Amino acid sequence: MKWRYFKQNVFFVTIRFSAFIIALSIGAFLVYIFMNGIGAIGWDFLTLPPRDSMTKGGIMPAILGTFYLTAGAIIIALPLGVVSAIYLSEYAKQGPVIRLIRIGVNCLAGVPSVVFGLFGLGLFVVFLQFGSCILSGALTLGFLILPTIIGASEEALKGVPQTFREASLGLGVSKWQTILRIVLPNALPGILTGSILGIGRAAGETAPIMFTAAAFFTAKLPTSIFDEVMALPYHVYVLATAGTHIEETRPIQYGTILVLVALVLGIDLIAIIMRSYIRKKKRW
Amino acid sequence: MLSDNIIEVKRVNFYYGEFKALTDVTMDFEKNKVTALIGPSGCGKSTLLRLLNRMNDLIDGTRVEGEVVFEDRNIYDPDVDPVEIRRRIGMVFQKPNPFPKSIINNISYGPKLVGVKDKSELEALVEQSLKQASLWDEVKDILNQSAMMLSGGQQQRVCIARALAMKPDVLLMDEPTSALDPISTAKIEELIEELKKEYTIIIVTHNMQQAARISDYTGFFYLGKLIEYNPTEKLFTTPDVKQTEEYITGRFG
Repeated sequence: MKWRYFKQNVFFVTIRFSAFIIALSIGAFLVYIFMNGIGAIGWDFLTLPPRDSMTKGGIMPAILGTFYLTAGAIIIALPLGVVSAIYLSEYAKQGPVIRLIRIGVNCLAGVPSVVFGLFGLGLFVVFLQFGSCILSGALTLGFLILPTIIGASEEALKGVPQTFREASLGLGVSKWQTILRIVLPNALPGILTGSILGIGRAAGETAPIMFTAAAFFTAKLPTSIFDEVMALPYHVYVLATAGTHIEETRPIQYGTILVLVALVLGIDLIAIIMRSYIRKKKRW
Repeated sequence: MLSDNIIEVKRVNFYYGEFKALTDVTMDFEKNKVTALIGPSGCGKSTLLRLLNRMNDLIDGTRVEGEVVFEDRNIYDPDVDPVEIRRRIGMVFQKPNPFPKSIINNISYGPKLVGVKDKSELEALVEQSLKQASLWDEVKDILNQSAMMLSGGQQQRVCIARALAMKPDVLLMDEPTSALDPISTAKIEELIEELKKEYTIIIVTHNMQQAARISDYTGFFYLGKLIEYNPTEKLFTTPDVKQTEEYITGRFG
């Protein structure tokens, strides 16, 4: 008998420890970034452009650039992704073609981000002659996060009980109206979750924007979507690898990362609050 | 004799993929009567019910042969809009399935989408529908609360009111009381008695006593075939077919 309890305890301790390790590593990571980065943070750091070969000054253009790129990516990918998911889960006849599309979406999710970068360079920057700019970068990031949003939206749509659809269609409401009034509103929390993941990924990626949007340095703020911008992840990459003052700019690198992490977590937080608000309103 | 039939099913075969769920079913449904469809599980009675307002269209790989005539036209003709048919032939499902909305929005959902915009007209329609579903007195003070908060029996009556608000001619009910307790069941049965003055009701039920209590006509299905279709009293007292007798006396099924 005692042996059985012992085994049980060992098991409990193990799973508890696993969960604990995850929480601990995230915590440690955040604390580390915070401790190293907080020294660089200040009003000037957040509001001024870099100067003296980027060894001093702020990162304002990069913050703004990342904001534009991320917002652009989500504006492009969210409608496209949701509409694709509606087609896949509500309209398409399940069969080999749909299976193929779904496999395609999953493959796309696994493609390394640098490949998206090259694809964006080839298509948007060179072929369509947008040049390296916000539009090209946002489109590239949009394609990058599309699979995430399609996947999450499809799951969310599937999660809406079939009985809701039947109830609406049975009243003589058209399929499109049923999707618009019943299915989509009830799938919204799940779709938002997908967008959170997408935003986080879009804000943090370096490779896709390296060739399509990001400038090494520009003090000028963008005035149109055809302007090049600085971006936080690329800025860190540049400071940490390509500059001539790598050691000297360490604090700026950490500060930039701290801003990036705070930005992503902040966006996540907004979406989580929105989601829980919607969930509270809709219960079934 | 002048035909008083509202729906006529003519030589219908129905397939789910390769599986033939209904074989050569012909039956007429009389206006302002309650017709019950009974039979063991998988006999095709629910399939037939869902065929009458084209709800089976929603399932991939189904096929219909034969005709279902409603108001002089075959509802399976290619130029017939199933959405239009479902407005005229409403449906109440086995499990109560109100929308996760307030009671008032559950009822006004359908009418709003077919163009009833006027607020007072909508309110009147909600009140009338809830009264018809004998739910008004219980919910008139909580119309803005979620329909999900109600009991199962009340939820089912919300669903009935929701269907009535579309002003259909026919109401299809697919085992509407199988998920409910006896008291809620009795209320719904009373309601059906009341509703047949204005509507034609076709109800699928597992419960033979229920069919005997509330229906004017009963059809007995077995293995996808209509075995016997007669006035309820006759079917339950002196059935024409031996299989029917065996089923209603509980010898199989």
